Amino acid sequence: MDIKGLQVYATFFMTIFLVVMLYGYIVYLYRSEKKGVKDYEKYGKIALDDEIDSTPIEKNPKLDNEDKGAK
Amino acid sequence: MQSNAALEYDYTVAKLFTYTAILFGIIGMTVGTLIAAQLAFPELNYLIGEYGTFSRLRPLHTDVVIYGFMLSGIWATFYYVGQRVLKVSMAESKFLMFLGKFHFGLYFVGALAVVVSLLLGITQSKEYAEFEWPFDIVIVVIWVTWGLSIFGLIGIRREKSLYISLWYYIAAFLGVAMLYLFNNMAVPTYFASGGIGSILHSVSMYSGTNDALVQWWFGHNAVAFVFTVAIIAQIYYFLPKESGQAIYSYKLSLLSFWGLMFVYLWAGSHHLVWSTVPDWMQTMGTVFSVVLILPSWGSAINMLLTMKGEWNQLTENPLIKLMVLASTFYMLSTIEGPIQSIKSVNAIAHFTDWIPGHVHDGVLGWVGFMTMAALFHMAPRMFKKEIYSKKLIDIQFWVQTTGIVLYFTSMWIAGITQGMMWRAVDEYGNLMYSFIDTVAVLHPYYTIRAVAGLLYLVGFFIFAYNMVRTMTSAKKITEEPANRTPMAA
Repeated sequence: MDIKGLQVYATFFMTIFLVVMLYGYIVYLYRSEKKGVKDYEKYGKIALDDEIDSTPIEKNPKLDNEDKGAK
Repeated sequence: MQSNAALEYDYTVAKLFTYTAILFGIIGMTVGTLIAAQLAFPELNYLIGEYGTFSRLRPLHTDVVIYGFMLSGIWATFYYVGQRVLKVSMAESKFLMFLGKFHFGLYFVGALAVVVSLLLGITQSKEYAEFEWPFDIVIVVIWVTWGLSIFGLIGIRREKSLYISLWYYIAAFLGVAMLYLFNNMAVPTYFASGGIGSILHSVSMYSGTNDALVQWWFGHNAVAFVFTVAIIAQIYYFLPKESGQAIYSYKLSLLSFWGLMFVYLWAGSHHLVWSTVPDWMQTMGTVFSVVLILPSWGSAINMLLTMKGEWNQLTENPLIKLMVLASTFYMLSTIEGPIQSIKSVNAIAHFTDWIPGHVHDGVLGWVGFMTMAALFHMAPRMFKKEIYSKKLIDIQFWVQTTGIVLYFTSMWIAGITQGMMWRAVDEYGNLMYSFIDTVAVLHPYYTIRAVAGLLYLVGFFIFAYNMVRTMTSAKKITEEPANRTPMAA
């Protein structure tokens, strides 16, 4: 097969691959939210509730260890 | 880490970068307006000898607006947003505070040195990467310092999850770091030759077509990771915060982010369509550019949907107006770019004025408006004063919007006219027009472009005046506003 033919196949399969990956990721995101594995939308609140003394959406566990160490 | 009783965010570094964003914005845009006028009226090339010629000033314009205005804006917002979304203050770490100040200090000195070097004509003649090797080394140190600041702040965070904006800041850091190093691989000739010639001079490690490929791999990704990724970082924070609406879909932001990261890196070869690079690579550039519409519009649509049910804010709050228009211009330029990358369109568009037209509806509409909106949002929180004048923001908005529309419409017409005239042949196959024929036809559009640039520049001066008055003489505020930025009528 000449280079032109290879290009056509490569472009076709690359496009299919990209589309499958993209839709696969969308399905993964929605499925994990539906199953209750993860609530993605709660993270959107990080920008709104951003005072230094606001309660974190998810507290950094490393800080807990440091706090315990300090006590 | 200290106790967080009465702890406040520390905006020292954010303020410093805010000042340079205004300063470099004024310098870069003034030079841009001058060179636009030079294209319409060539006698303006001879105002200050060699230092005022188009060839000296053009790189100064592009580099000062990109690496001066935009980067300062990006860093001002990073040192503001980074603390807030991680819920940690820079005041909590002396090391991070030092890094931030060092970052700014070295950047400011480096930026001034670069301005002087470009004026003196010291350049390695790579577009958007003109700086000679000693300056490159300083730039690498500045960039690494920013990286340390990002990951240092992340290291002491209270919020475990990294907000969307941070993904984009990190991507901007990593993308530029990788590409800048590759594109600037050069051999300093003074050392290689045993002491001949200027110590500043170097030659690229790549040559011919390879050089062009690496250059546009970098060049397009300078657009990707500075003009796009780092500005998306800003809008994902500032639009939700200013409007009080959480981002419409966090899942869509994840999808857009990974889509953009995967696709954007490989679109650069569209700059070399119809050139001597391998045909398959040109095709790849086109394919990836068209696919790029999806993640780009994913982010932009996410922004517009964030305003769902709150569109009244568009008329009430000028910062929302700036950001919504920025997002709209992002959509326009990210559909225009892929169209230009299609081979048949590119045959007309390549090397014409349509290209700077495309760039400018992105940078003036998207980057400029977003950066100014972000700085307006930050100013009352950083200086504890309300915005000096809402009316001035409205005036600035309309003056600059008129400028942008005049800019890109004149360049659309000029570019397509130019492309068609270059290709026109008579019945015997001879070219119908000489180069100077096109120049004569394009003159009115070049004049319109210069007027458009002037309008945008006037708007930027209004912005700068409003910011300075906000810092110096606006009414004090006692409490930090939760969402909508306070401003005097």
